[in-house]
Amino acid sequence: MLENGWDTFEIGSILRPFEGSISDAAAILPEDRLYSKSNSFGISVADWRIEKPLFNKNLCIDCQFCWIYCPDMSIISRDKKMVAVDYDHCKGCGICVQVCPTTPKALLMFPEQKDEEAALSEWPKKEKKEAKEN
Amino acid sequence: MADIFELRDIEVWDGNMAASHALRQAQVDVVAAYPITPSTPIVENYASFMANGYIDGEFVMAESEHGAMSCCIGASAAGGRVATATSSQGFALMLETLYSASGMRLPIVLNVVNRAIGAPLNVNGDHSDMYMGRDSGWIQIDCYNPQDVYDMNLVAFRVSEDHDIRLPAMVHQDGFMTSHTAQRVKTLSDDVAYDFIGEFKPMNDMLDLDHPVTHGVQTEEDWHFEHKARQHHALMSAVLPKIQEAFDGLKALTGREYNIVESYTMEDAEIAIVCMGTSVETAQEVSNELRAQGIKAGVVGIRVFRPFPLEQIADVLKGCKAIATLDRSSPNGTVGALYNELAGALFNTGTHAVLTNNIYGLGGRDLTKSSIHTIYRDLQANAQAGSPTTPLQQFIGLRGPKLSFF
Repeated sequence: MLENGWDTFEIGSILRPFEGSISDAAAILPEDRLYSKSNSFGISVADWRIEKPLFNKNLCIDCQFCWIYCPDMSIISRDKKMVAVDYDHCKGCGICVQVCPTTPKALLMFPEQKDEEAALSEWPKKEKKEAKEN
Repeated sequence: MADIFELRDIEVWDGNMAASHALRQAQVDVVAAYPITPSTPIVENYASFMANGYIDGEFVMAESEHGAMSCCIGASAAGGRVATATSSQGFALMLETLYSASGMRLPIVLNVVNRAIGAPLNVNGDHSDMYMGRDSGWIQIDCYNPQDVYDMNLVAFRVSEDHDIRLPAMVHQDGFMTSHTAQRVKTLSDDVAYDFIGEFKPMNDMLDLDHPVTHGVQTEEDWHFEHKARQHHALMSAVLPKIQEAFDGLKALTGREYNIVESYTMEDAEIAIVCMGTSVETAQEVSNELRAQGIKAGVVGIRVFRPFPLEQIADVLKGCKAIATLDRSSPNGTVGALYNELAGALFNTGTHAVLTNNIYGLGGRDLTKSSIHTIYRDLQANAQAGSPTTPLQQFIGLRGPKLSFF
């Protein structure tokens, strides 16, 4: 980008999301799309975050609520299975944690520097239902 | 397919009707509008043409002028030929979006029927709205009568949509004095008018789904300056030659001659009035009367206000001894804008001409021939003295004690 001057931009305040032409982009996985250099897909916004959502696979029921509600498409899901959080684009808003319906939640917010192993070991345990008397 | 509208060679149209027919003949894809006096009949006539089958495009009734121009921006970015009309307070409400249109390089044609801006509330003509738009990055073409309005609309589409330009254009006419005064207008047939403008050629249109494009992106201190510089460069270097080319084409087609700067008996003029809108023709009449008395008077009309034809104006005025700039907008705290423009154009040219400023005609106050005679008399005295014999800025046609500054 830095080699650009006023005379090298396309006119108008436009950006092209892809290199060249593309058809049916929705059918191509994000990692396989030919995004252009100026596309924000290649730009990390990780440093906007103060807290990060961590994902506990053991508790997830793959309801896809987090995938639907994430405003930045930062929940990576494949074949309707929750896979991971895209930490390059997640801004730490916490909506995924809010909408997670399990008890305890399969997504929880932790301080940005928190070690994932440590977080998983501290995760709230599922309360065992006490056996009913008699 | 829209029906052909049979026109007589000469129609009796006011400025608004002339604009409506030009929009119809341009086969505009989208007109989004929120009517306001005195521009209302432009879109009203257009809507009636549409209801009667003479138009194929879409007509969107917006919720405000801000909404109207926003619809125009969306339709233009989508890849259509787009136009609308407004005046005064409506223009002021559009102002924010006007900068978006030019910054996004969208070739929208906006008919501005010039009207005063309140308070006090006033529906009559002055140039306050036109002046408000002068830093917005639009091409601004000024008309003096309904014929001009018809012709300049055709020119505006052709120039604005050119891929070397891609800048929106305003076509200005004086509220009521032009917009509601019916005069003879020589017409072109629908085919000939459309061919003069040419087929709309989309560029970076959003409906080209194989080449997705994000319009109106954000840049901060890193690239904003470069984008604005590119826009200014197009306005400064490409527009005037293309307008001249369009004027030449129109002359070949119709015999009607337009110029970027309209000069009238300026070849040997010693005193000159520089003005815009309907005042140009009034000043021409007065200069004829003075010429009959052997006084070397001339008139310069600004046809293209933006980009400002600085060199052409300096050239036309190079032999003058005294020049008056007439501003039909309250300068509110300084000299009139035309005075500033002319001073800028003439400075560094070695001219010794005396330059003065008259503020006139606010809110539709009549500019009488006797007022113009007075201005020319002042100019004669200035030319003779070689220095201003009056204050630099004088209000003319004003009730109460004489008002002047500097």
